[in-house]
Amino acid sequence: MSVPARTLAAATAAFTLLLAGCAQPAAPAGSASAEPAAATLTVFAAASLKGSFGELGELFEAAHPGTAVSFNFAGSQTLVEQLGQGAAADVLATADEKSMATAVADGLVEGDPTLFVSNRLTIVVPPGNPASVAGFADLATPGLRLVVCAPVVPCGAAAGKVATAAGTTLTPVSEEQAVTDVLAKVQAGEADAGLVYATDALAAGDTVTAIAFPEAAAATNRYPIALLAAAPQPTLAAAFLELVTGDEGRAVFDRAGFGRP
Amino acid sequence: MNAGDSGLPRWVLLPAGLGVSLIVLPLAAMATRLEWPRFVELVTSESSLAALRLSLLTSLLATLACLALGVPLALVLARGRFRGQRLLRALVLLPLVLPPVVGGVALLYTFGRRGLLGPVLEAAGWQVAFSTGAVVIAQTFVALPFLVVSLEGTLRTVGQRYEVVAATLGARPTVVLGRVTLPLVAPGLASAAILSFARALGEFGATLTFAGSLQGVTRTLPLEIYLQRVDDPQAAIALSLVLVAVAVAVIVATAGISERSAWG
Repeated sequence: MSVPARTLAAATAAFTLLLAGCAQPAAPAGSASAEPAAATLTVFAAASLKGSFGELGELFEAAHPGTAVSFNFAGSQTLVEQLGQGAAADVLATADEKSMATAVADGLVEGDPTLFVSNRLTIVVPPGNPASVAGFADLATPGLRLVVCAPVVPCGAAAGKVATAAGTTLTPVSEEQAVTDVLAKVQAGEADAGLVYATDALAAGDTVTAIAFPEAAAATNRYPIALLAAAPQPTLAAAFLELVTGDEGRAVFDRAGFGRP
Repeated sequence: MNAGDSGLPRWVLLPAGLGVSLIVLPLAAMATRLEWPRFVELVTSESSLAALRLSLLTSLLATLACLALGVPLALVLARGRFRGQRLLRALVLLPLVLPPVVGGVALLYTFGRRGLLGPVLEAAGWQVAFSTGAVVIAQTFVALPFLVVSLEGTLRTVGQRYEVVAATLGARPTVVLGRVTLPLVAPGLASAAILSFARALGEFGATLTFAGSLQGVTRTLPLEIYLQRVDDPQAAIALSLVLVAVAVAVIVATAGISERSAWG
């Protein structure tokens, strides 16, 4: 190897390192089951359903011995994208009707989706509420550091809808990609206030203080659930759907802060 | 070159070829997904241009910061002889191996409102978080090791012969540094600066965690790509290819510089 060729190789190696540093991990497929089971039900669900569906998965496994429920929690659009690319799953639950409509249009869904819960925005502030936020109108206070989701993300679209309905202009210091990023900024005290879903605020415990506001009704988000056309386990999938939409499901969702559809 | 006269066993070519395709194939796959007639329209949309402009500005500023801090650091590591030198080098290298998101969290606890330096900075009237300055700090944090490592290597290769001669002729340390050392390592310094510029341009994790994401203020090209991926995958692909093109240009430029210095 000549000297220039070697330096070229070194530069290439340096770049591989560099690119590795920039790489973002793909959404990993989470699995709730530990032991091998006779049948595995695969559920693709919006990230905000993680807590409640985790609980329902355990109930389902207890009621159906020999069955394991495997979850993939991610953003609704990512889930539909993954299914479109051929990912095998039995049930799809999204955090918005738009993503589900895409799945229906792509022929991924069997039958009609059922709406099973709703969610609305709430204000979150760091404990102690340093900027003394009392209601939605306070979010427009000059100098207040507000963090919301970006408009292309469902929680950001909802924030925009609420602001329009309330006639308030929001000037956030950051428009984040995900609810968790908004929460993190409020938890760290970097932001004076954030807009997230009621369930996210509840899941964050006492690391943030939630302030419900009536204007949130303008952007109530309804969650649809559906069986998938290519489901390897259609019978189990139908049973899981029954659990989610039944009384047991209702109790779990109430505790997590979800509203009725 | 073929495997025969390099003395390598022929089977080596198979994994080597697979290695190349692992890198090239995904990039090619991405390029095939783009609706090319829309390319110009996609990369010149308002949000794309804002991200592009911000990325170039912050990466340039970060490169300047890397030069200002990294050149002295490389000199100290290459020419100094002191206790704890190896430890210092290891510490400087840390951002290379740390996940960027860890860097972002660490920066938040340093420059954030409730961070170590937060109260001091706030008193001085600079709120770092959510500002363009935060992006530059995050990029400098991750890019600095590239400059230091690369320049330290060049300094060691060049050696101290000419510096010693200049000193015996009565040149003072600052004159030796400015007239002998830096001109000798200029090609290496240039490629080191280009490398850190490229690293700054690709910064994602630390920026997202530490600086936030707002068009024209903190939303750099990688953040814009991540966001558009959800809403407009075509725009995300188009912008990704812009970054790939920049990366290729940087590789060619640094390789060109090393080649010239190797022969010159």
